[in-house]
Amino acid sequence: MAVVQANLKQLSPAARGRAFAWRWGPALATLLLVLVLWEVGVRLFHVAVYLLPPPSLIGARLLERGSFLLGIGLYTFEEALWGFIIGCSLGAAVAVLSVRWRWIAHGLLPFAVASNAVPIIALAPLVGIWFGSTTQGSKIVIVAIMTFFPTLLNTYRGLLSPAPEALELMHSYAATSTQSFLKLRVPAALPFLFNALKISATLSIIGAIVSEFFGGPLKALGVYITSQAGIGHYAEAWAAIVVACGLGMAFYLVIVVAERLVMPWNTTGES
Amino acid sequence: MQVQAPVIAINNLTKTYEGGAGQVVALANVSLQIGAGEFISLIGPSGCGKSTLMRLIGDLTQPSAGSIAVKGKTPTCARRDRDYGIVFQAPVLYDWRTVQRNVELPLEIMGQPRSERARRSAEMLKLVGLSEFEQAYPRQLSGGMQQRVAIARALVFAPSILLMDEPFGALDELTRERMQGELLEIWARTNATVIFVTHSIPEAVFLSDRVVVMSPRPGRIEAIIPIDLPRPRDTLTREDPHFFALATEVRERLRHS
Amino acid sequence: MSDDLILLGHDVPAASRRVRPLLRESRTFAVITLVVVIVVLWESAKLLFHLPDRKLPHIGSILLEFGTRTQGGSGPYWGVLMLNNAAATLGEALTGFVLGGVLGCLLAVVFTASPLLERGLLPYVVGSQLVPILAIAPMVVIGMGHLGAPDWLSKAIIAAYLTFFPVTIGMLRGLRSAPPDSLPLMHSYAASSSQIFWKLRLPASLPYLFTALKIAATASIIGSIIGELPVGAARGIGVVVVNAAQYYNSRPQNLWAAVLVASLLGLCFYGAVVLAERLIVGPQAQT
Ligand SMILES: Nc1ncnc2c1ncn2[C@@H]1O[C@H](COP(=O)(O)OP(=O)(O)OP(=O)(O)O)[C@@H](O)[C@H]1O
Ligand SMILES: [Mg+2]
Repeated sequence: MAVVQANLKQLSPAARGRAFAWRWGPALATLLLVLVLWEVGVRLFHVAVYLLPPPSLIGARLLERGSFLLGIGLYTFEEALWGFIIGCSLGAAVAVLSVRWRWIAHGLLPFAVASNAVPIIALAPLVGIWFGSTTQGSKIVIVAIMTFFPTLLNTYRGLLSPAPEALELMHSYAATSTQSFLKLRVPAALPFLFNALKISATLSIIGAIVSEFFGGPLKALGVYITSQAGIGHYAEAWAAIVVACGLGMAFYLVIVVAERLVMPWNTTGES
Repeated sequence: MQVQAPVIAINNLTKTYEGGAGQVVALANVSLQIGAGEFISLIGPSGCGKSTLMRLIGDLTQPSAGSIAVKGKTPTCARRDRDYGIVFQAPVLYDWRTVQRNVELPLEIMGQPRSERARRSAEMLKLVGLSEFEQAYPRQLSGGMQQRVAIARALVFAPSILLMDEPFGALDELTRERMQGELLEIWARTNATVIFVTHSIPEAVFLSDRVVVMSPRPGRIEAIIPIDLPRPRDTLTREDPHFFALATEVRERLRHS
Repeated sequence: MSDDLILLGHDVPAASRRVRPLLRESRTFAVITLVVVIVVLWESAKLLFHLPDRKLPHIGSILLEFGTRTQGGSGPYWGVLMLNNAAATLGEALTGFVLGGVLGCLLAVVFTASPLLERGLLPYVVGSQLVPILAIAPMVVIGMGHLGAPDWLSKAIIAAYLTFFPVTIGMLRGLRSAPPDSLPLMHSYAASSSQIFWKLRLPASLPYLFTALKIAATASIIGSIIGELPVGAARGIGVVVVNAAQYYNSRPQNLWAAVLVASLLGLCFYGAVVLAERLIVGPQAQT
């Protein structure tokens, strides 16, 4: 595998471009095909706009109102981002404390199970009462709750993941508990943490949009989608969805890139 | 037979585990003296307490009765003095560290400066023949290479006692024999005392100064067989009739255990 | 270590059965303790920080809300009304859950039988998740409303969309989870492929299936509730929550009661799947 790695690095730019095309070409081709089929299908069968507007119409709206849509997209993204930051960092911090004091983990058990079972989004109006239903605060809180538990559970598992022998090795070096925490448990938990961050990235965008369905200012993506759909401007609503997808994928990709940078050992050796 | 003062003195050592189904006596009244620089193998059927004995010496678990003195100290003191290098059956390398940084890990814990760490790890990796792989990650290495890194890591801080629990257990026969030869070369250059747990009779005979045969339920020492094959040992040693005679003796003792 | 994982409800290796009976008893106890703790914290916070009913009503008044009549005392009890609406939501979610579940299982079975179909179709199954169905929910509901489809159908479709993906992936993994040497073993008995399926693959897949179904249960309830949000929806717990939020100033406890019912709905559906898992997979089921 080391050999494969070396070869990849020696590739000429042209060959690298070809490798890139092989990797992403099929996906791009599929996307184009889907768009074409969609356009042709909608026109051929006269599908009503309220069911599915043709991509050309959505694209036109996207171009017309691009900067406005991006603006409201960023407004919602800000909520998602803050909720993500708060939920994930609290989750990771509580996981660290839970490893140190196990009763914290035991005490959080019922909430962790409930967080899997309760439709957290239904709490949105209540959170709105506390943090202002038209402010960003209430959405941030909902997103933070949604991302807290997956991050907590994953990080906790990750911190507990080192094999007993790995811990015994540290013991045999007479390492302090801080040393074995920082040099063993934390790096071992990183893949688990990044998994949680990837889940949370997607979750946070959807969570922010959906909690805006319960109320928010007109400059929010979720409010815009419902209001435009409500007055029959379907292409506008779909254009807003496209912006949401774009932001979601960008967020996700940022996490993937960060993962590769932080954990080079996880990706080298992959071909 | 041993002229030196014992480095490890084990006296009436007993270890019982509290299991769900009552007590398990893993070791009963084991006594053993191990000299400085000696190579000792522990062999015996599964569950006879080999790992337990090794772990007791290494302060990875505590005895129920009896005592262990390591260089006149308790195992805990010896551990704090960094007297032990441990190699398990699995290499237990840290995925997130390069080979070099894995080998440097103990030195890092012990607070050695960076330049010293780099020098020592380079030396060790040369010793185990992995100099070109310093910057590789463990996943890029074969099982045998990983185990060599683990050995380098165990030796890098020059511990006086090397504890090895079936270190070659997961390797194929040929790699295993090659690693045995390399281990002996490395050992000859250090003056470490080695306690080596194995299931393989030829391995025990080839490597050791003495083979300790253990028997189960409760774990006891059945026999201690001195191996007087001349050193340095090599592939020819394996074809020596005396080698077969000793292996047969170990086998006989194992059968009676 | 593994105890903690059991407690946190995650992949439990078959080991440590010993802690199980002990756990079950202590769990009832833990839940009761928890409820008591929450009630005490709630009421003392209200007292200590002088929180008005507008911010935090008494627990008693929330519970009493269920026994109050609507329309100023002439309509049905709130409790009955909310349960009716919760039942409507459950009906939508359950329909979608069953549709999505059956589709997911079928896809997984087809994929295991035919690697060719898997290679061709699995990317689309995965790609389907690029569509944020919850964000599109208003359009699905309004669009299908224009088409004249019954009210519940659009919510069921959203729930089905949310269900089929985890079930396909979970079941696929489950069907492949039979121990590596067990397949050659079955072949050595000259077992037919249907025997292999029923006696080996299917039982092996059940734990995975149920893990997926638990995820899907909550997701389908969420999908139904979100589908009830656009203006014009008539029934469902989502409608009750939105209405209660509108009249919050006059009846704060009403919203709390509605949210409580919505949460309990999720917990009950999830609990039903866990129960089914216990009955079907048996005692070694994960919790
Ligand atoms: N942590 C433990 N808790 C309970 N019993 C244990 C524990 N560790 C070992 N034992 C028991 O002690 C006995 C000796 O175990 P030990 O691991 O020392 O055997 P071993 O000789 O190393 O066997 P093997 O060759 O299979 O590695 C066994 O009966 C085992 O079941
Ligand atoms: Mg052992």
